[in-house]
Amino acid sequence: MKHWHGWISLIVLAGVAGLTGCKPSGGSDADNPIKIGEYASLSGKEANFGISSHEGTLLAMESLNNAGGVLGRKFQLITEDDLSKAGEPATVVNKLVSKDNVVAVLGEVASSRSLEAAPICQQNQIPMISPSSTNPKVTETGDYIFRVCFIDPFQGTVMANFSYNTLKARKVAVFTDVKSDYSKGLAKYFKESFVKLGGQITAELDFNGGDKDFKAQLTAIKASNPDAVFVPGYYTDVALICIQAKQLGINVPLTGGDGWEGEDLVKIGQDAVEGNYFSTHYAPDVATTNSQKFVADYQKRFNGKTPDAMAALGYDSAMILADAIKRAGTTDGPKVRAALAATKNFDGVTGITTINEQRDATKPAVILQVTKGKFKYLETVNP
Amino acid sequence: MVYGVLRFINFAHSDVLMLGAFAAYFLAPWVGHVFPVSSYAGALVVILLAAAICAGLGMLIELLAYRPLRARPKLTVLITAIGVSLFIEYACQHRAVFGAQTRPFPPLLPKHDLHLGALTVDSNDVATLLVTAGLLGALWFIVQHTKAGMAMRAVAFNDRAAALMGVNVNRIISLTFGLGSALAAVAGIFYALRAPGIDPLMGVQPGLRAFIAAVVGGIGNLPGAALGGLVIGLLETFAGGIPGLSNYRDGIAFAILILILLFKPAGLLGKSQVEKV
Amino acid sequence: MHTRAKRFLILAILVAAGVSAVSAYFNRYYLGVAIDVGINIILAVSLNLINGHTGQFSLGHAGFMAVGGYTAAAITLAITPHLSGSPSVVLSGLLFAGSLLAGGLLAAIAGLAVGIPTLRLRGDYLAIVTLGFGEIIRVVLQNMECVGAASGLSGIPERTTLFWSFGLAAVTVYVIGCLVNSTYGRGFIAVHDDEVAASASGINPTRYKVTAFVIGAFFAGLAGGLFAHHKLFLSPTNFDFMKSIDIVVMVILGGMGRTGGVIVAAIILTLLPEFLRPFAEYRMIIYALLIILLMIARPQGLFSFGRTKAA
Repeated sequence: MKHWHGWISLIVLAGVAGLTGCKPSGGSDADNPIKIGEYASLSGKEANFGISSHEGTLLAMESLNNAGGVLGRKFQLITEDDLSKAGEPATVVNKLVSKDNVVAVLGEVASSRSLEAAPICQQNQIPMISPSSTNPKVTETGDYIFRVCFIDPFQGTVMANFSYNTLKARKVAVFTDVKSDYSKGLAKYFKESFVKLGGQITAELDFNGGDKDFKAQLTAIKASNPDAVFVPGYYTDVALICIQAKQLGINVPLTGGDGWEGEDLVKIGQDAVEGNYFSTHYAPDVATTNSQKFVADYQKRFNGKTPDAMAALGYDSAMILADAIKRAGTTDGPKVRAALAATKNFDGVTGITTINEQRDATKPAVILQVTKGKFKYLETVNP
Repeated sequence: MVYGVLRFINFAHSDVLMLGAFAAYFLAPWVGHVFPVSSYAGALVVILLAAAICAGLGMLIELLAYRPLRARPKLTVLITAIGVSLFIEYACQHRAVFGAQTRPFPPLLPKHDLHLGALTVDSNDVATLLVTAGLLGALWFIVQHTKAGMAMRAVAFNDRAAALMGVNVNRIISLTFGLGSALAAVAGIFYALRAPGIDPLMGVQPGLRAFIAAVVGGIGNLPGAALGGLVIGLLETFAGGIPGLSNYRDGIAFAILILILLFKPAGLLGKSQVEKV
Repeated sequence: MHTRAKRFLILAILVAAGVSAVSAYFNRYYLGVAIDVGINIILAVSLNLINGHTGQFSLGHAGFMAVGGYTAAAITLAITPHLSGSPSVVLSGLLFAGSLLAGGLLAAIAGLAVGIPTLRLRGDYLAIVTLGFGEIIRVVLQNMECVGAASGLSGIPERTTLFWSFGLAAVTVYVIGCLVNSTYGRGFIAVHDDEVAASASGINPTRYKVTAFVIGAFFAGLAGGLFAHHKLFLSPTNFDFMKSIDIVVMVILGGMGRTGGVIVAAIILTLLPEFLRPFAEYRMIIYALLIILLMIARPQGLFSFGRTKAA
């Protein structure tokens, strides 16, 4: 029992040894590539979203490099997997910023993980762009944190307007996933806007993401006799909800937000999801030249896969960053930050994007309808 | 089940469940050439093949990872089991294996709704119930009325004494693993039928539930495990149905579990063992 | 011998303070990982008191960590706006120590609440109860709007430095080491080795078990506070079941009840995933394989040299 205190000195030694020889390196050479860090959930629960987003970013970087890069330098994308696990983003972004000396950071899809990494980027004055975290809190962290997607309040409002004006619905039932902040936020803003327009909410019911049986709640919804049902959930749950709604004879349209978008919605839901509507960031069949080129390039690069909204936003986040670096004329953090904040009418694949004072993107949303097993572009709603 | 005989938590069990679903996913189109898609005959073939594959895998895992540690303390094996579980999960998430993306699960069974008065019942749910009851009966028979089953119970009771009585302990444990894994595969397939999106991490939640069910029911007690599973399922559903409480669903289920264990420390149907001095 | 141990404690704290003073020159990534190492040492050593020395099987250590982390963070967040100007280093240090302590104490109370069921339960049943406890804490946090609910608690100021992390790790090792080696502490090992014999020799096993839970939970709470002020963001998913498992792996890999081995295991298991980063998508596969191989190669724990327990 005389050995244990020896370990104390060993801890300290190990600590010191781990730290020596890691001085921060100096400024980057003009011949060096511009290092861009990216953290994404490439494995774990939310890998679906992370992989799409990463593929979009990767495609953007490759096409930028093929065109010669910016400021005469090429880009080098350094990607770290955060395993969809809380606690990891802080570590990997620390690594990207301090060890790899990246000039900017791209990520993440999930708001909770963006929130974890944001303070580190803020402290180190490294601009961070989240492609698709829609929680308003993310960019409130500080003036180095940006996003290129719209936020939840906007989306809720868009769907309320759409339900009232286009679907001519006056009575709507709302079915919320109480496990998800995203769903609760969307439902809240939807209800506010819809009531303001003069509509009536007939029923408000809850489910837990991951549930398999929604029949009890759907029966109550049916009894309230709505013109439409707003279901702000994720596609795996939504598909099951659509199937069971159909079984119970609910024949009014179901509507939702960008969480609906995923090939599985149709693969799982099949006929039951036909004719329903949702709002999202991007439609592959929208007829802008930007978008069509993106779809073609993406399909060529990733074995014919059709890009989804996450991929498009991942692509745009990288493009907007490159544009800002070009305008800043340098990779210096504060200057790139200023250029990013000044982004105006950037013509991306997800529409014309302007960064507002809250460092959120002001940009159009699109509404899609499920038609013959495909997501069909219906209309664009400008902010 | 495996747990009862071997007295350790097989963390990899949930991953075998996932592998079962994936085996069915890959087998389904292949079997589809022989039998019509979504037929009972086709489904039966797929399920049997997937169960067989998983039984083999279960035995392989046992042979490679657990057998070398047979004589070691239980906790050592526990860590190995966690290692195996992590290995299967991450290996399957790799691009070259399954990839981390969710895949749609094919409808193996013909699906139609049965109307019983005001109740609408999904035919898949009925099939799940029937198969569960059938498998439980079969398992009960194997454990209680066959020679191998008797050997299993003997090993669970005291493996050294069993070995002295001429039981091949290694073979029995291997068999137990195979049987448990085959059942996990079937469970995985039915789980996937109800929620037709499968991914390499799909087994984690049901796996945890299964472990709790086994403990609540009384370790190594077959009817107990079934009852435990039923209790957990019902508790979670009821807690989910109470407005305002649905957020706390998982917490409530655990809280009730703790209460059950406080009052029945050996599980619902477990015999409390007198501590041997 | 205790004076020697004390000398080492003081030395360790001084070195930690010294290294910390020049840490501004270190790369933040390595620094961050080093702080993680310190936090994990606290977690593993404190769990070792429960699992290793006293022989109880707890799967809820992340729950205690969550209690401590959220308490400390909430206190810091509540006090910080009331400070006029930028507080002196000493003041903010004292406040930080206070919030850590409060987190530790609350976690200790939680430990008491969990320790009491151990009167009746043992082995796997105890594991289930502690696991359930951890999950309940997580679910409650997920629904507490005042600490950010599911979207997490953000905006926590950075307070954890190398000094705090390793200083407290040294204190943990010292306190638990002294405790276990005291006449009183021999009781933990007695309970672990043979409960019946222990109670026959006049040791109250229940009291020892509860004490182990309370002290273990206290240090886990401290670690939680350090974690909160290191990552600057807390979310309930930080403290899920897998986190508890991670700590259990450290304890078992280090050899149950062997403080030195557990410390080394904590260091290795924190650094290993970082060293494996260059392997990108193969990283976690290799990590899992290494755990299996280590367990098969050295089932008695990685570092079973040094202290050997009476067989």
